Amino acid sequence: MDIFFFLLFATVAVLCGISVVLQRHPIASALSLVGVMGSIAVLYLMLGAEFIAMAQMIVYAGAIMVLFIFVIMLLNAGAETRRGRSWMAQLLGVPVLIAFFAIIGYALQGRFAGVEKVKFGNFTGGTAEAVGMALFTDYLLPFEVTSVLILVAIIGAIVLARKEL
Amino acid sequence: MPEGLQSAATTLNAGVPISWYLILSAILFTLGVAGFLFRRNIITVFMCIELMLNAVNLSFVAFANMHKQVGGHIFTFFVMVVAAAEAAVGLAIILTVFKNRDTLNIDEINTLKN
Repeated sequence: MDIFFFLLFATVAVLCGISVVLQRHPIASALSLVGVMGSIAVLYLMLGAEFIAMAQMIVYAGAIMVLFIFVIMLLNAGAETRRGRSWMAQLLGVPVLIAFFAIIGYALQGRFAGVEKVKFGNFTGGTAEAVGMALFTDYLLPFEVTSVLILVAIIGAIVLARKEL
Repeated sequence: MPEGLQSAATTLNAGVPISWYLILSAILFTLGVAGFLFRRNIITVFMCIELMLNAVNLSFVAFANMHKQVGGHIFTFFVMVVAAAEAAVGLAIILTVFKNRDTLNIDEINTLKN
């Protein structure tokens, strides 16, 4: 069943990803991005990352995408106007991207031959308990630095969104 | 049970190779790069950055599963935190730019050029 679910949600993720890139209207792109994030959350669950899957749904699909959609509605952003692109972008864009993907694929191929296959339930170290234990013992300093980062982001957002700027 | 049905059942229960997850991650990352380079709306460009971050997170979690260690999950957690901070500040910048320039097209936001 693992292969079936992987293929199902991988297909959904790739189709929604293509939709993010191709949709002309930002709201349609944002809703496609929610689809990508939801299917990636299911894949996290299959990889044994329960806590990360829930955090993905709550933080990404819940909080960040709502922020995006608020901003799109606030700015009343319409469909993108089609513009003439430079001939180099039209001619070379897609081949260069395919070459980029081929380089990543080449770097990956044959490197994971002897590795055990992923099956649901063969790794149970991703519970909230395990993640919390690692976060508050081995990774305590990065965790505390993160709180400073968030404080800076809050102050930055407030300063930028002031009326008189 | 017939021979063919049994082999089909074994294939279904075999599990997913780790490289499939990494290839999926590469596909999503390439899509994010494509959107980042080709789109002209600044909000869509920003969403494509989120797509790239998600693709990298997927490969982190896949490697965590491969090594049976929780470290990859911690990295994913930190990437999520940084993405949230980045979204808050970035969208505030977009709001300010729109207030001052009245456009979302990145071709027209070129004050720093030349």
